[in-house]
Amino acid sequence: MLAAVISLGGLAFILALGLGVASKIFAVETDPTVEAIAEVLPGANCGGCGYAGCAGFAEAVASGQTAPTECKAAGSDIVAQMAQILGVKIEETEKKVVKIFCQGSSDNCKSKFLYEGVFDCRAAVLLGGGYKACPYSCLGYGSCVKACPFGAIEIGPKGLPIVDEQKCTGCGSCIRQCPRGILRLLPISQKYYIPCSSKDKGKAVRQVCQTGCLACKLCLKKCPNQAITIENNQPRIDAQKCSGCGVCAEKCPKKIIQLASNG
Amino acid sequence: MFQKMIVIIISTILVNNFVLAKFLGICPFLGVSRKTETALGMGMAVIFVMTLATAITWLLQVFILNRFHIEYMQTIAFILVIAALVQLVEMVIQKTSPLLYQALGIYLPLITTNCAVLGVAVLTIQNEYTFIETLVYSVGASIGFTLALILFAGIRERLSLADIPESLEGTAIALVTAGLLSLAFLGFAGLVK
Repeated sequence: MLAAVISLGGLAFILALGLGVASKIFAVETDPTVEAIAEVLPGANCGGCGYAGCAGFAEAVASGQTAPTECKAAGSDIVAQMAQILGVKIEETEKKVVKIFCQGSSDNCKSKFLYEGVFDCRAAVLLGGGYKACPYSCLGYGSCVKACPFGAIEIGPKGLPIVDEQKCTGCGSCIRQCPRGILRLLPISQKYYIPCSSKDKGKAVRQVCQTGCLACKLCLKKCPNQAITIENNQPRIDAQKCSGCGVCAEKCPKKIIQLASNG
Repeated sequence: MFQKMIVIIISTILVNNFVLAKFLGICPFLGVSRKTETALGMGMAVIFVMTLATAITWLLQVFILNRFHIEYMQTIAFILVIAALVQLVEMVIQKTSPLLYQALGIYLPLITTNCAVLGVAVLTIQNEYTFIETLVYSVGASIGFTLALILFAGIRERLSLADIPESLEGTAIALVTAGLLSLAFLGFAGLVK
């Protein structure tokens, strides 16, 4: 009994002493601002900033390599907190959200064949360039849904992804996963957008999809603010110039120009 | 002597695999097996800590516990030493090699509570191994652990893309897979007497 108490007690004492001494010898100095910034970051490790997770970003911000606003997932309140820690002033940047530039659900867009492979867009696109007739269409297998660290995307009833703008932080994780490249960030204030990514000419688009943009240029001609440009048969609305009058949506012969915000 | 070492190695890696045959260290086996990369990191950390811990606990058993006839304190003494050792190793690595520290990350402190480490330490005493045999046994055991972890992580990576019935998703399918993997390793039984 006595031997057990003494030997184990002694052992514990020696180990504790050793650890105590070691913690002094091997103490690593960490920058308190790095920890403070890491504390306020969203912690989703989405990689939207280009650094290896939130810890890497916190280090880069603290050492001045990058600005707090580079965190795509942080709202203005988090950026303000970071600015306070760093003691700098930050200009407000507008929040961006992801939009799906395709309306080619299986009702609207023809299929080339029946796909029964791995349930993932990046796998589906490898087989004959995807099962849909349009080579720019959404495949609907939800690679973007799996990629979203904030649970902001889900596949809707039509088999197309739907973005919850409240939850979307604009980090761009989904954009990096989409094999079609049909997800894009738009400023949240932009009123209208044209949800089609096809680079084909009007005739080819008409053959495969009912909701594809034919690049007829009617919207471009009718826009009173010259906010629309067409490049590679894709019309784009310039958010700076768009007044949100809605003339383009009215004039579009396919009625595909949509209100951007669903709220 | 040499032959016995080979037998110990093969037996610990394949026949008596710690995870798949002895069912020790199941929590890291299920916890850090989502990606092969992290599985490899955890495996390396286990190889390092297990070998070091077993060597020290063997010395502790022979020179302190046996000498004072307090073998019944084995479990407490071993846990004490392993926990302190992992703490120390973590501190040393953090100071001397930040790169290695980042690579091992959270896995080092996790190993403190890994029952496989304690299991190996106790089993080497029960089997009455010499010091060299103890080292070989612990290296083999940790390689076996790493092998099982990486194989399982590879399967789980494939599973994450598969179309799994909703009721089986996540841990359920992982446990089914672990069972099948364990059955597969049962095929090695009889390889070593």
